[in-house]
This record gives sequence, C-alpha cells and structure tokens, in this order.
Amino acid sequence: MLKANAPKCNIRGNVVVEENPYFPERARIVRKFDLTRDVRFFQVRICDQDKVMTWTTNYKPGQFMMISLPNAGEAPFSITSTPSRPGLFEFCIRKVGRLTSKLFELKENDFIWLRGPFGNGFPVEMMYGKDLLFVAGGLGAAPLRSVLLYALDYRDRFGKIFYLYGAKTPDDMLFREEFFRMKERDDFECYLTVDADPTGLWPFDIGVVTSLFKYVNVDADNTVAIVCGPPVMYKYVVDEFLKIGIPDDHIFMTLERKMKCGIGKCGQCVVEHKYTCVDGPVFTLWDVKNIRTLI
Amino acid sequence: MRVFKLKRENFIPFMKGLSKFGELWGPVRKGDRYVYANEPPEKFVLNAIRTIVPAKKFFLPQKSTILKFKNNEWLEHYDVKKRVIFGLHPCDIHALNIYHKFYTRLYPDPYYLKNRENTLIVGLSCLPDENCFCHLTDTETVNEGFDLFLTDLGDKFLVWVGSPKGDESLKLVKDLIEDTTQKDIDEYVEWRKKRRSMFKVSLDLEGMPEILTFNYDSPIWEQMGEACLSCGTCTMVCPSCTCFDIDDEFDIRTDEMNRQRYWYSCVFREYSMVAGGHNFREARSERLKLWYTHKLVGFMSEYGSPACVGCGRCVVSCPVDINVITVAKALLKEKPDAFWARMASSNVEVQHA
Repeated sequence: MLKANAPKCNIRGNVVVEENPYFPERARIVRKFDLTRDVRFFQVRICDQDKVMTWTTNYKPGQFMMISLPNAGEAPFSITSTPSRPGLFEFCIRKVGRLTSKLFELKENDFIWLRGPFGNGFPVEMMYGKDLLFVAGGLGAAPLRSVLLYALDYRDRFGKIFYLYGAKTPDDMLFREEFFRMKERDDFECYLTVDADPTGLWPFDIGVVTSLFKYVNVDADNTVAIVCGPPVMYKYVVDEFLKIGIPDDHIFMTLERKMKCGIGKCGQCVVEHKYTCVDGPVFTLWDVKNIRTLI
Repeated sequence: MRVFKLKRENFIPFMKGLSKFGELWGPVRKGDRYVYANEPPEKFVLNAIRTIVPAKKFFLPQKSTILKFKNNEWLEHYDVKKRVIFGLHPCDIHALNIYHKFYTRLYPDPYYLKNRENTLIVGLSCLPDENCFCHLTDTETVNEGFDLFLTDLGDKFLVWVGSPKGDESLKLVKDLIEDTTQKDIDEYVEWRKKRRSMFKVSLDLEGMPEILTFNYDSPIWEQMGEACLSCGTCTMVCPSCTCFDIDDEFDIRTDEMNRQRYWYSCVFREYSMVAGGHNFREARSERLKLWYTHKLVGFMSEYGSPACVGCGRCVVSCPVDINVITVAKALLKEKPDAFWARMASSNVEVQHA
C-alpha cells in the first residue's frame, strides 16, 4: 500500500510508517448472489494486479476486512473465503444498516474499497493433527466457512472433522446447497438442522443446534472446538463442549463488536483492556472467563 | 540531562526565538479557566493551572480530515503545521507519552506521527491547586517526552533539554541561556520541597487495580449511573483518552467526500452499539465502569501503569462529580463529597429521557 505521497515519519523510537493503515484499496465486485432473503454473497478482486496474490494468500481464516463506500462509511466484515483458494475475497453481508443497504445496491463490476485483513484469526497451525468440531448458528456460518474450507483443503493435516450448523428455517441457511453437497463427502461429518420447517420439505434434523451433539464422536483432549453464532447461542454450545471434556483453551469463538479503525486505535471494540480488532475477534473460552463482558 | 539557566527578563525573547521553529501556542486566560492559544508570548500565563482541553488536541485534533475521495480515488490528507507548544505541565507530558505509546504500537498512526514530528514541546513547571493529584499517580516529575522543560524559580528558569530536537532548537536562542551554578541547584531542591508540601488530595490510588476488580459488581456503579448525564465531558478533557470515531462527510462546495476523524466517548450510548441495534453496554453504569476499568486496570495490564496522570481535569469538569477521586473514595468506603453520592443517599427519583 506504499504510495508516492505516503509519509515517512521518524521520531524518537524510530517509528517508521511504511503504509497508511487508514488507506483503502480499490476492489471490484466480480460476482454476487443472494444466499437468503437478506444475506448476499459477494466475490471481490483487488484491482491492483500486483497485490492480488499477496493480499489473498497472506491472511488467516477468521480475520476480517474493513469494507467502505465513499459517503456510506466503513464497517468490519468477516472473510468467508480461505487463503488456500487465493485470487478472490468473499463476504456474506446481511442488510442491516446504512452501509450494507448501499452495498446491496451495487452491481457486478462496481467498486468497493477494502482495508485489512485485520484481527488475530484462528490459530490454524495449532490445530494440526487435532479433531475439529465446528458449531455455527445463522450468520455465524460466514466466518466458520473460511476455516472449514481451509481444513478441507489441507484435509490430511487434521483429524476427524465435525461440522454442525443450525439455522432458523431452511430459507435462512447460508450456503445451503454447498453444505448439501458436503454432506455427501465421506471424509468429514456435516450435520444440518433448522429450528422450524414451514416448507415441510426439510430432509434433515429439526431442532436447536445443540441437538446435533448426539452425532459427535471426538477425542476430547485432542479436539479444537470452534463456535460462532448469535450471542444467545454461546452459553448452550459451550456447555456441550465442556460436557464432552474439551479444555478451555481449545474452545475458540469469534465475536462481534463495533469497529471503526480495525487497528486497535478507535477504541469502540474495547472489552476491558482488549481491543477486539487486534486481540480478537477470535477468543478462547479462557479469555471469556477471564475478561468480563466479552460475551 | 543538560540543564541551563534563563533569566526571567529574557523569557519573552526566548519564546520569540523559539517561535522561529513554528507557530507559538501557550496557555492564556479564557474566563476563569485557561486554554492553549496561538498568541504572542506576552499573553502567556506562567502560573496557569490545567487548561480546559488538554494538549492532545494538537496531535489528534477534535475533528480532522484523514482521507479525501475525488474522481473515484482516495487521497491521503494531512493538515500539519510546525508548532511550538509551551506550557505543558509534567502530567500533560506523561499523558502525551501514553499517547505516543498507544499511537505507535501495532499499526503506527501516520497522522499522529506527522503532528508529533512537527511539534516542539516546551514544558513548564507548575504549583498544584486543591484538585491536583499527580503525586498519587507518580507523574509529578517528568524525564522524557518533552523537547525543552522550564522550571520556574521566580527570578529565573531552569531549562532542561529532553531531546535532540530540543537541543537543536536551543541554537535559536543561544545568546539568552547560561550555565547553571550550585546556587541554582540548591534553589531547585528547595522549590521541589515546597511544591511537594502543597498537595491537598490524599488517597490510596496505588491499590486501585485490585479494588476496582473486586468491586466490579458494587452497587456504587448503579448509583453513579443514575446521576451520569452521558455528556462525555470526562473523556473529552481527559489527556489520556484516545478514542475516536470515523465518518464520511460530503462537501457540497468542492464536490469532495471527506473521511473525518473526530473525538468520541465511551460514555455515549452508541459507543458499543452494532448493526441491527444490539448494544453491548446499554446501561450508563456499564459504560462508566468501562471507562474506569480501562483507565485504571486495563491500561495497567497493557502498559504497566494506569492511564490516569492526576491532572484533575475530570475533577473540575464533571457536572455531577463523577471523577477519579470520588470514584476511588467511594470504592475505598470513604464517603465522597459529591453530587452523585448525595443524590444516591437522598433517594431522589430522577427522570431520564
């Protein structure tokens, strides 16, 4: 991101700013389609050809980017794609506010602006050789898809993989067809459930996501559990993890906060002394016990 | 540290000499308070106590444009002036050091650094009033973070040199300064004793991290939350508060879009509100608790010292007396003389909008 007019600053501790962390990079929407009634999938590509590969390979699943549109503002969004499939960034965006409404008006070939990737992401190296247990609820499937696809792309580096996903109704399930196809794979276990099925056509489980734990069969001491979903879900899912016997520091969750800078400065994501944008958004259960008001 | 002597009659020429570095800013009177203003040195008040707004405004302005959007391109925008800032007290300089640590960690902030690089910081000694408590926060003297520092000994100033930039700037005034003698040093030691004896606030602030942690669920927070107006004054006047917000603003005159950064406050209701309307800190007491735990406990874990420098700005600014002193006193079970405590004990029902 080094620009000709970028400043070189040098003061007492020889702090040199090589690139302005507030400066957004232009990207093009190459594909978009609706996943559900109010969630849309965006594939974007950095316009600057020289940066495409470095940007799309050098990030961790679970990191996020700041997406902005001039005059509509800037907000953080989880990356749904995986660095093991470089070239494009993918995002699942729900229409909830000013910026996302503007994003929904965009067409293919329109520009958006990106900063990042920011945040700690999932410690994927630490998960090598371990069983993985994913639990997603609703829009929580967006950040988890990144690490799930990563694990499937490097399948031989991990033990057993379980993926449990619950949505309100079949219509609210993100990547529904993608997960249907995944259910047919025999190298990992994918279980889907819906809270209610008004269509009457749902062929799988009906019930809350914790009802899927009956299918789980992992080696507890050697398992990494990952959960993401609406705030109300965490407590129940974490209880199930603890029942299985997964240790505190092997339970990961990715959290949501308001962020304006993404680089640990603006303070709006602060929880006690942790800035969710740089110390998170991925936290362990130990962090949650230790830092009050985290969830 | 290099120390020189400056005779009092040479103070005005000394400041005028330094002003060759850049715009001269110093404390001047405004009503019954003081502000940093760009005025000639004759107007500077040498015994000024804390200014209304701290010197952070020079490094992170109340409102500034960081990026401009023009012809489908983003452009960086810097509005940097060379400035000499005179009259920062030791607590103010300690707060700037906190700022420096904070804004240069992880992703260094280019706007902060540009401003810092173009500023000559000239400190000035002070004598405490009844609201100062820098002797409790260990910020009554300062060893780094300034370029020059003046200690006012009546008929003369001691000029401490704190950085290469400060040393360089002395070349602008080399005819006015002279070497110190043993007599000056003795006078300085006497002056320090006198200053030390002038503090009036006495309180155990050192134990605050544990006390705050143990009192996390104390009903005192609820009582303060009842009185708090969420006006944000405490955060605006606090020299170590760093939070900001970013927003886009369309300028109809130039057809440009400006990305603005402006001061923001954790006591505002929207501070922790995310899209869809979920608010992680709906109650005022929750937001107050965040301010105090972040400042006195959280900062400690990250940087080894609390972020309070004892300047007393919150003490004189909060309309309902919620400040570091009254909060600490309440948590230490000493009854504070404060509006919010009286309101809590009188059981007055207050209607909030």
